[in-house]
Amino acid sequence: MFRLSAQTTRQAVQRIAVQARYQSTQASAPLKAKNTAMVAAGVATAGAIAYLTMETVDANMLADGLHAPVLPWDHKKPLATFDHAAVRRGYQVYKEVCAACHSLDRIAWRNLVGVSHTENEVKAMAEENEYTDGPNDVGDMFQRPGKLSDYMPRPYANEEQARAGNAGALPPDLSLMIKARHGGADYVYSLLTGYQDPPAGIEIREGLNFNPYFPGGAIGMARVLYDGLVEYEDGTPATTSQMAKDVTVFLSWAAEPEMDDRKKMGMKAVTMLAILTGLSVYLKRHKWASMKTRKILYNPPTPKKH
Amino acid sequence: MPVKSSNNTTANRFARAGYNTIVKRNSVFLTTIFVSAFAMEMAFDSISDRIWDNINKGRQWKDIAHKYE
Ligand code: HEC
Repeated sequence: MFRLSAQTTRQAVQRIAVQARYQSTQASAPLKAKNTAMVAAGVATAGAIAYLTMETVDANMLADGLHAPVLPWDHKKPLATFDHAAVRRGYQVYKEVCAACHSLDRIAWRNLVGVSHTENEVKAMAEENEYTDGPNDVGDMFQRPGKLSDYMPRPYANEEQARAGNAGALPPDLSLMIKARHGGADYVYSLLTGYQDPPAGIEIREGLNFNPYFPGGAIGMARVLYDGLVEYEDGTPATTSQMAKDVTVFLSWAAEPEMDDRKKMGMKAVTMLAILTGLSVYLKRHKWASMKTRKILYNPPTPKKH
Repeated sequence: MPVKSSNNTTANRFARAGYNTIVKRNSVFLTTIFVSAFAMEMAFDSISDRIWDNINKGRQWKDIAHKYE
């Protein structure tokens, strides 16, 4: 229905644009009217081009997933680092909630040092986990407490176990989740806070949950965040949206741990290039000054008068 | 071919002093280039770090680390 009306509108715009262009070429119109027609034609053409190059609006939001609203993440500003207090809170949410189902394979304990935790804290956290190491002198594998160089432990030994524990749905690894989904941080935040009852007429199979942001609307992950689920050590009230925001910031960091340094480098590089551009403009003008101020004059011989 | 009238301007005297102390001996010239490159780099880095830390006051780990040590 919406598709149909979009098409009719587009055809109408095309027609108007053609008419307007035609009108503007009529030479017989008086000057003032002609100018008005030109302006109108310009506006109509520009509008039509803008409209025609726009992505077509798709009304089938359920199949494609509701488009997540763009949120004002302050770590997305060109000169802003991550808010490391939020990264720390987000790690806590990941650890206490998401880690029960989702792995975080690309993050090692050492990556947290100097980002969200001190070295001693991370060592203690790593030691709480057992890792299989070896082989030892006699060829046996053995268990040892974790150390800084170990990667985050996985909740399930393999994919089959993960699926079996989640009614057939596989909880994906979250390391690069922010980069892996259209909408990135906005999507993950909206997904975590977007659970609701299915609207009338939509059947959700047993074991699935309705979430309009998830393509298809039926997601294997149930709502996991509820007000007060975790207790933040810095006293921040742990509302659903706060936890969703913090864990999204944490996952943004996990997907792009180099962001802080990259932006700082960028700032330095742009400053340096600006200075060098200024210098080269000056040098060019300096070198060309003698040329540009030179007056070249040709006096044609005056024909002799007889 | 220097012009007589411009020989004694302040700018000219500076330029000559600069030439005589820095450019005349190649060893001095090269040393000056290297030393000033290092000095500029250090100055540029520390100024931009200071600006960066000021923009991001309270957001970086070093701003909150004291709470956990
Ligand atoms: C009870 C287990 C469980 C917990 C806890 C859990 N998830 Fe999930 N999650 C799943 C499953 C299962 C899927 C796959 C859903 C599907 O494909 O239908 C999933 C999928 C996802 C997806 C991918 C959605 C997509 O577009 O494919 C994201 C992002 C996600 N979870 C984030 C989180 C975050 C963040 C947390 C912690 C706040 C969390 N999950 C906690 C089970 C869980």
